[in-house]
Parts: sequence; C-alpha cells; structure tokens
Amino acid sequence: MAIGDSIKRVDAYGKVTGQARYTADLVPQEAYHASLVRATVANGEVTGFSLARAQAVEGVVAVFTCFDVPDRPFPTPGHPWSVEPAHQDIADRKLLNRRVRVWGDEVAVVVARDRLTAARAAALVEVQYQTYPPLLTPEAALAEGATVLHPELRKDNVLAHSAFALGEVSYDEAAREEGLIEAGGRYEVPAVQHCHLEPVHAFAYGEGGRIVVVSSTQIPHIVRRVVGQALGIDWGQVRVIKPYVGGGFGNKQEVLVEPLAAWLSMQLGGHPVSIELTREEVLGCTRVRHPFVWEVSGLVRPDGTLVARRYRAWSNQGGYASHGHAIAANAANQFKQAYHDERALESESWTVYTNCTTAGAMRGYGVPQSCFVTECLTDDLCRKLGMDPLAFRLKNCMREGYVDPHNGIPCLSYGLRDCLTEGAAVFDWAAKRRAYQHQHGPRRRGVGMALFTYKTGVYPISLETSACRMLLHQDGSFTVQMGATEIGQGADTAFTQMAAAALGVSEERVRVISTQDTDVSPFDTGAYASRQCYVTGMAIRKTAQSLREKMLSYAAWLLERPADTLALRDGAIFDQTGQQVLTLKQLGMESCYNLRRTEHLAAEETVHCQSNTLSTGVCFAEVEVDLPLGRVTVLRLLNVHDSGRIINHQLAEAQVHGGMSMGLGYALSEQLLYDAEGRPRNDNLLDYKMPTAMDTPPLEVLFIEKEDPSGPFGNKALGEPPAVPVAPAIRNAVLHATGVAINSLPLSPDKLTQAFAAAGLYEEEAGEYV
Amino acid sequence: MYDFADIYQAESELDAVRALHEDRQAMVIAGGTDVLVGIRAGRYPSARLVSVHGLEALTGVQMTADGGLRIGPCTTFSALESDPLIARHLPFLAQAAGHVGGPQIRNMGTVGGNLANGATSADTAPALLCCNAVLELTSWQGVRRVPLRDFYTGPGQTVRAQDELLTAIAISPADCNGLAGCSLKYGRRAAMEIATLNCAALLRREGDQIAELRLAFGVAAPTPVRCPEAEALAAGAAWSSALAEQLAQAALRETRPRNSWRASADFRRRLIAELTRRAVTAAWQQTEEGM
Repeated sequence: MAIGDSIKRVDAYGKVTGQARYTADLVPQEAYHASLVRATVANGEVTGFSLARAQAVEGVVAVFTCFDVPDRPFPTPGHPWSVEPAHQDIADRKLLNRRVRVWGDEVAVVVARDRLTAARAAALVEVQYQTYPPLLTPEAALAEGATVLHPELRKDNVLAHSAFALGEVSYDEAAREEGLIEAGGRYEVPAVQHCHLEPVHAFAYGEGGRIVVVSSTQIPHIVRRVVGQALGIDWGQVRVIKPYVGGGFGNKQEVLVEPLAAWLSMQLGGHPVSIELTREEVLGCTRVRHPFVWEVSGLVRPDGTLVARRYRAWSNQGGYASHGHAIAANAANQFKQAYHDERALESESWTVYTNCTTAGAMRGYGVPQSCFVTECLTDDLCRKLGMDPLAFRLKNCMREGYVDPHNGIPCLSYGLRDCLTEGAAVFDWAAKRRAYQHQHGPRRRGVGMALFTYKTGVYPISLETSACRMLLHQDGSFTVQMGATEIGQGADTAFTQMAAAALGVSEERVRVISTQDTDVSPFDTGAYASRQCYVTGMAIRKTAQSLREKMLSYAAWLLERPADTLALRDGAIFDQTGQQVLTLKQLGMESCYNLRRTEHLAAEETVHCQSNTLSTGVCFAEVEVDLPLGRVTVLRLLNVHDSGRIINHQLAEAQVHGGMSMGLGYALSEQLLYDAEGRPRNDNLLDYKMPTAMDTPPLEVLFIEKEDPSGPFGNKALGEPPAVPVAPAIRNAVLHATGVAINSLPLSPDKLTQAFAAAGLYEEEAGEYV
Repeated sequence: MYDFADIYQAESELDAVRALHEDRQAMVIAGGTDVLVGIRAGRYPSARLVSVHGLEALTGVQMTADGGLRIGPCTTFSALESDPLIARHLPFLAQAAGHVGGPQIRNMGTVGGNLANGATSADTAPALLCCNAVLELTSWQGVRRVPLRDFYTGPGQTVRAQDELLTAIAISPADCNGLAGCSLKYGRRAAMEIATLNCAALLRREGDQIAELRLAFGVAAPTPVRCPEAEALAAGAAWSSALAEQLAQAALRETRPRNSWRASADFRRRLIAELTRRAVTAAWQQTEEGM
C-alpha cells in the first residue's frame, strides 16, 4: 500500500464496534452536570435573578450567575495566538454575561448531580432584564441610534471594515467604455449550522492543583491557551485531552464550554463537572456560518471578456467577535482570485456586530458564501451576454501561475481549467445545455456550474506550525503522535499512510495516537482550514526523516559499518548489495536491550510552514424544477477537485460526499430562522432542514491530480472545498431551467413560487398541469 | 434527559384501561415516537405513562366477517405499509403510512398514536378520513365508537378522554372495496418530515364518471378535514382536467390554511390547489389502469 491507496480507515473497527471512546464515554460516574440558564432576550442587560426555586431543587449542587464570575474578557476563536497585540483575537466574552447580546446568551449556570436535575432547576431560574431593541441585520445594527453592542471595544457596531482595489482604473471609469454589458444586484445568504453529530461537550476536573479539561474539540492546544486566559491562570496549569470527536466542521474550532467547565470545577474543589449541550443549544447558541448581504456588479464586453467587478459585502457577525473579519476577508479574497478582471476590481467589506447567533468558523470559512455571490454574478453576466457559462469561465477564470496580489498566496499546481473541461465532458455539459433550452410545461430541467479557489493553510495571514513525534518499539512497530487532530475526517488514516511512506514501512506497523493530551502531545494548532495533510504532513515527513537517520545510525553502530551503506525500506534494513541485514524488530530489541549501548529510537520535529497554495474545483449540477410546487430535485451532482495528489482516494471521496451534502442543504433547505425578537425559531433537526439520504442524488467525484510542489506528498487542500461550490451550481441550474435568477439561499419553495409567479411562468403554463 | 416519573407496561388492553382508570394523571404511550419527543421537550413534566407497546391484541390488520377492515391502533407504520389486506383494499393508506418520518420512526410509531395525538399533520389522517374510519374508544365504563370526522376538536385536541384507550380503527366494507385513492404529502424534504400539507383522494368510478369522490387534507385547517363541497361537485361528474381545476378551487374555499414561519398561507393555498389536482388525477388514472 502507498500514498494514494484506499487503505481502510484506521479507526473504522473501533468506531463501528463502539470501542472508540468519545467525551461522553469518559465522564466520570461521580461528575456533576451543568445546565446553562440562557437569556430570553437578544439585546439587554441582566439586572437581577430569583434563584430560590432553582436552589431548592433536590440534587442541585450550586447555582452561579453572571454576577459571580470574574470580570475577565477572553477570546474564543481557534486561531493561533499572535504574540503581537495588534493581531490578537478580540476578547469580548466572559464566562457568563451580564450584557446580553444574543438570544440564548449564557447568564447563569446550575450544577447538579445529573443532567435532568440541572435542566429542571435551570428552567426555574428567573432572570430580570433591561431590554433594548434587537438588532438582527447589519442594516439595523448600522442605523443611526442603534445600541452599540460593545462600547468598550468599538464606537459603533462595525467590528471591522476593509477595502482594496485592483487594476488600472476604477469600476466607474471602466464602465464608461462603450458597448459593455452590466449585471449584478443584491445577493444574500442565511445563517446555517454545522450540525456535527456529536454535540458540544466538555468536562473538567482538578488534579494535583491543576485543571484537566476533556473536550470534543478540534483544537486542544488552543483550548489550553484560552482556558488559561479565561481563568487567569498559567497555561501550564491547564491540561486538555481530546478523545475521539464526532465531527466539528469549525464549530469546535471555537472554545465554547471548556472555560466554564474548568471554572465550575475549580469552584467545587476540583469535582468533575460536565457540560454537554443539547441539540437545540448547539443549533441556536453556539456558532453559525456568517450570513452575508452583498451588492455586486460586473461589466463584460460582448466578446465575453470580464472587464470589471465591484463587490460590497456586509457580514453579520452576531453578538460576539469569534473569528470576526477573517471570514469577510477570506470571502473577498475568493471573489478576487476566482476571475481575472481586465481593468478593475473594487472590493469593500464590513463585519457588523448584531444580536443574531454568533457566527464563527464553518467549513469553507467565508468561501461558500463568497462562491455563491461570485458564481451568481458570473451566470447573471453570461445570461445577459448570451454566452455559455463554461466558455465564459474558461475565458476569464483564474489563470495558471496566479499569485494573490495582497497576501502573496500562489497557486503552485494549476488544475482549474482541467476541472472545467474534464468535468464538462464527464457531465455531458454541452449536450445537456442544448437539450434544456426552450422548455415548456410544469417540469423543467437545467444544468449549472460553479468554480472556486481555496487556500490550503493560513500562511502568511497567520502562523502555521506543526510538530510530530515518532518512536520505534521493540517489535518493529511505530507510534506517531501529533498535535493535529482526527475529528472524523480521516486524518489519522492519512497520517498513517504518510508516516508509513516517509519511514519506508507498511501501514500496519504504524499506529497514530488519536488522543491529544496537551501535557504529552507535540504542539499543533489543530484541525481547521484545510491544512492538516499539508502542514502536519510536512511535520510527519520531517520527523520520519529524522527517525530514519537515527535508526540507520544505530544500525550502523550495531553492524559496524558506515550508515551510508545501509538503507531502510520495505520494513527492514538492507545493505548496498540489496541483502536484508536487520529486521526492524531486531533493531527495536537491540535499541532497548543491547547491553553495551541502548538508545530509544525516537524523533520529534517541528515544521514552521512558510508556504501555501491554492486548490480549485468545479461543481456541476443538473436539476428538475417542479414549477407549481416550487420544488427543486437535484438529479445529478458532480464535484471536480484540483487538490494535488490524493492521499487516500476512498477517504477523499467520502470527504467530498460530505461536503456536497452540506452544499446541498445550503442550496435547498437549510436556514436558521429568527423571530422578530431574535429568538431562533427552528433550533431542532425537524425544523432545521438538513437533507436526508432521500434528498440526495448520486454524488459523483472526479479528481484532477496534479502534483503540488509545495505539498509534502504533492497534496493540497481538500477538507473544506467540497462544500464550497454546490449551492451556486444548483442555483445556476435552476436559472438555466426556468430563466429565473434567485439571488438568495436557500432556494425554498415559498421563494421560488413567488419568483416564478413574478416572472409570469404560471400564466404561460395555465391549464397545462393536468 | 427524559423526565417521566413512572411507566407501567400493560399486560392487556383491559389492563391498560384499568391502569388509566386508576391513575388519572397517566398518559398512554405506544411507539413513543411522539410522547418521548414531547417529554424531552418538557411538555409533560414528571409524566406517568401507561405503555401499550407490543400488545398483540391491538396490533395488525384484520378483515371482519362482513368484509370490512379492523386496524389495530398499535400497528406500526411499517406494518401498515406492508400489510397485504391494506395493499389489496386501500393501497393509498399504505402510501400514506410510507410518508411518515424515516424507517426508524415507521418501525416504532403507530397508526393509533398518529390519530390519538390530535395533530393536523398526522400523515395517515387524510386517508383514514376518506375511508370514513370509525374509532373504537374503550374505557373502564365501556366502549364507544366515534367517526374520525368527529374525533378532532382542535389543534392537538380530540374527544378522547384521559381514561379512554383507542382500541380499534374500523372501516366498513363499502369504504374499502371498489375505490381508487392517492395520498400525497408535501414537505421540504423527501423524508424525516412534518407535512406542510397532506392530501388524500379516494374515488369510485362508474363508466366515464366519478360516482363518488372523497377528498381530505391535513395541515389545511386546525384539524384534518374533508371537503364536502368539492366531493358534491365531483359526484356524478364526467372526468376532465377542467373538473380537477374546479375541485382545486372548491378545496381552496373549504380549507383554512394558516400563515406561519414554516410556510405562508399563500404557499399552502398553492399546495392545496396543486395537490388536489394531482391526487384526484392520480386516483382517476388508477381506475384507467384497472380497466
């Protein structure tokens, strides 16, 4: 087996049989359980509590309120810490908040002997508020006289604003050219949630004067830092353990409940305290994908040349900064990167505090949003121009050798055009595009596409560092430890393949330790961006090289011959004639038990990654639209990915399937809704409509494998990209089928039937349904 | 996190009725797909439950001596969907049972629970309304029979008293022979869905005419409803697409869809008209295939 082979997931057996232990499996029997008292207003201030009824419930251990916690704000996003204060994350959260900025904000907490008692008692806590009008949109939050949500940090509700321009002229100047065609308008995407299978869950307990936090997290080392910051204790006083994790998608790239669990345990003499959120809390009170509103426009020449584009974005941050403007910046960059504007590009973005659910990291980090507006505009331009969307993209899309002019991130292996052409061939694009012209009747079909660009890691915007440790055991097997995390995406399997390839042994000899323990595990910032196989892969490669040198050097001493006459391959050591001279078991035994010289063969290395590269890809969608019911059925969905060399094809396809499913929900049905007071209406999995298997067409995947020179194994980003292009591809297919451009997600039946009615589709079809 | 104080597993129908009689706080649980969700949501704090789960006497479909059908209320949706008697006599009821939730829900949830919880969104209610189903309610005092049409009193409310157990759903021979039907469900998803609208049509054909039509909806009003005006319009009328359109318009006059964040009243009205056209057309087409 080698890189690229579909070896079985290393955790498959454990996960199928239940041997794999998740946070909930590890909660000590004697643990207390905490239930949060959540604000029932979206904008206000807690003025008082009536706690007596809750405290009287049998089994309640303690009740703490926002008046009891330290007045120490801390940041929550899972970014690498910056040693430069100007680049540090915004600290605007407290363990419990007096100033309520979102509906469901944590204002008090009940600790009890079991979850049910805690929940019952929490429901009995009465809270008094002073309330302010809820600000649910950027428009409302930016209006004259709007309550400033964080007056200690900002003079108004603008968390951040950024702008850039490219090209020889301004957009307005470019527009003066005669004969140009312009399209654009207002576009919008809603809040959606990660819906990871395992809820947000952490428990904490005291041990030897320190605090141990066991958490379902993507970022154990960052959790340690934030718990230290939140509690005002040295980071070394905190030990974080990350067991198996049932999905995160960015919601667990956020420090959500760990500091409170740690603080509660410390208040209770180190007794274990568990905080496991319900699905409703996860949906309505953790993090969401940022909603965006845009005003964009584009100018094209009749020959199809993209002349200029203008982009203005308002990102709805919700109540707390979380990942903040990094999302809007990433979104603006993708709009910029995806196409070449001949004369002008203008871009301006605002991230605005509101009283909606706090938005944070979610698979794609602003780019699923950005891809929607980019590709809506592209097809709206094509339609006005009368040009085939494939031809337009081939003419204007990001070119080979592209380097982002602002952050310097290059595209070092270019597969975008191949994605377009090979994908179009597999999808039968041209024939379908023709076949679905000029349709009549209540059911109409269409095809659409969307392309994207995506950066692999976060360098140079942020730090990229990763460490790895490997050791040889007596039996010739190896353990590999990393700070990088398996969260369900298959990282441990990819790491196993990489380590085996780099060591020159078979995968069966390699065991990746899945648990991270910040006392023991090497440092890595965790599972986010699409970085791990890239950055952590580099650490694996470097560590394996170091360990190989140590093994060969010890073998050379043992065999009394020069190290450079020996080679480690195929799980053994060979001499220059190709003769096997030592098995790894012999080497392992000697290194532990040789009476003259023992040397525990282990290596640990750090990579400080200072490269990055763009992945690209395209989604093709075929839909059937039931006009009278406003129902879109996706008949076919194909994702084509230019992600460099694929480490494990089966796992990579699974990764793509999951992303496509997420994109399908974004396109058709998912949306977190709020009432006028800012209370989530559909914070449950019945009313929040994730697609089911019955809603999902066969998911087709194609990889354009071009070796990326910067990737440790020729690889680049694949983790997040699959979720990016699906929604706009489906939107563009609906446009092709019906001629109606829907400029917001999801493509809900209510919205579609209104738009079809406005476009006169029903009059045209009257009486033909039966 | 299930806050219930007590659960009693009844040994028989009579035992369940006795338990409900003796504990006037107790509520019935069968498959639990509705009650447990309610308990988790805190709707029945410290609930006391009487379980009829698995009682054989209340399970399955039987043909009565006169050729009618008797459906045990503890029959699961899966069992109803695949029942040979239902397949032969009322395939549109099997179709409706197949619209419920997903496989796990259909394996646990029961048709009796679907009716007894009083929800207007009950997926089997429109089909059973079309069948003129009669519910047998048994209490310690005795048995009474209530037509399904008279069973509902409001959203989530029925005439069933706390100590009454739904012990059978009866369908007369005239209501399960020689009819063609269609059940349609509209939800945002193809599964795991609460209906935005349910529609069932059941008709008897004579020559080129509809001798009799029964049309029912769920979620088109606070309770599942029949549409007598549309039914009267269809009786004795020749089939045509224009008739289907008239029926759609009549159905709109007879229903009161609500405006909610789940769907606007306008959209629900669009569904009522369109599903009427489609259900009646599909039912009629079945009679063509049968000829």
